[in-house]
Amino acid sequence: MTAEAIRVDRLRVIRGGVVVVADLSCSVERGSVTGLLGPSGSGKTTLMRAVVGVQQVASGTVDVLGEPAGSRPLRSLVGYMTQAPSVYGDLTIRENLRFFAHVLGQPASVIERALADVSLEEYADRVVDRLSGGQRARVSLATAMLGSPELLVLDEPTVGLDPVLRRDLWELFHRLAQRGATLLVSSHVMDEADRCSALLLLRDGRLLAQATPAELRARTGEDDLDAAFLRLVETGE
Amino acid sequence: MTPRVTGAVTLRVLEQLRRDPRTIVLILGVPCLLEVLLQQLFGRDSPVFQHVGAPLLGLFPFVTMFLVTSITMLRERTTGTLERLMTLPLGKVDLLAGYGIAFALVAVVQATLVSVLAFGPLGLEVAGPKPVVVALAVANAVLGSTLGLFTSAFAQTEFQAVQFMPAVVFPQILLCGLFVARDEMARWLRVISDLLPLTYAYDALARTAANTFDARFALDVAVVCACIVLAVLLGAATLRRRTP
Repeated sequence: MTAEAIRVDRLRVIRGGVVVVADLSCSVERGSVTGLLGPSGSGKTTLMRAVVGVQQVASGTVDVLGEPAGSRPLRSLVGYMTQAPSVYGDLTIRENLRFFAHVLGQPASVIERALADVSLEEYADRVVDRLSGGQRARVSLATAMLGSPELLVLDEPTVGLDPVLRRDLWELFHRLAQRGATLLVSSHVMDEADRCSALLLLRDGRLLAQATPAELRARTGEDDLDAAFLRLVETGE
Repeated sequence: MTPRVTGAVTLRVLEQLRRDPRTIVLILGVPCLLEVLLQQLFGRDSPVFQHVGAPLLGLFPFVTMFLVTSITMLRERTTGTLERLMTLPLGKVDLLAGYGIAFALVAVVQATLVSVLAFGPLGLEVAGPKPVVVALAVANAVLGSTLGLFTSAFAQTEFQAVQFMPAVVFPQILLCGLFVARDEMARWLRVISDLLPLTYAYDALARTAANTFDARFALDVAVVCACIVLAVLLGAATLRRRTP
């Protein structure tokens, strides 16, 4: 078993003739809550899509849990939450979860647990289209967590949520990591960086830094992570 | 292909449909309405109604299921659920077969309902066995579904998907032999007609209505089945796990 949950080696992705990820190499440690941070358009979603194996790549390799990204054995080990909630709007929360649990071959008991994890028990029989944006995002998150995947790839899971819920979700992410899961969580707001055990900072499809929040502060001499990010951009150019 | 996963897709598609009662009413009601109109237009005992009543009964499910499936599949592509499914232990054929089975079940209800109406109060008569007409209608529904799944890959919006209906379905209805007997068609139209799956679906229905179960009937059924398999394979080829 490799120590790394994800290893990206000189990944290059070209979309519509534009290089969106340029020879990017990085790794994500097992059991970590790794934040993938950068402004919108920096290549976060593309990198995540490459990790779950739905992105066509021009060159380079992505290995996940010791297997090439997207290979068959990984499909029941990796949970993926897309940026736009990818659930069926015309079904209830429970019906959505039941469908994904069936596909994963998981028992019905995982549904209740996922509902509790994202605090949606009382809305379980509501049709998803009638929920708020934040609730819909949590349904999408719940479907990604079904069956306790070893790696969770979450694309901006806390966008649009109120601070209390955001805090609850980050606590949940750390609980999942303690149970042995690895989480790769993207965000475009730097104030979430402090909640991560490791950071990948992305800008214009390039890796600015791979570090822990503490290392980042030490390296840049900035206490504020937003300022640290700016310092990295300035010194990098 | 995993039966558990195929079944999950079928169940989900039916659940989605159940949440949309208006669509159910349209799927079940419109063919009945059209059959009534046809009978009223030509009259109960007219040769026209007796000639086209049964084939049309068998062709309705083809048209409705083509539309319903292509739109549902397009939605799956545009809302991101397809991308999500491609990261799960779900085979492409599971997805297509799941859809096919769900809509075939709907077609059973649709075709049975229209048959009961047409063969009952409307006074439609066929020389052949009526259950065969229903069975062919279901086969045509599956054919329509699979073609709809395949063509939805070429549509980016629901507007485009709807336009595929006249583009893909109407020429087949015009050339299948319903309006002009195939022997009387211009040669080049006849050649095109030979290449279209609906020609065989219509011919099988017409032969059932006339109670002529000959070698050509067997060929018709074989071609329809082969087209279903082909459309599923083509549809599977349009589903990509990795996209740009």
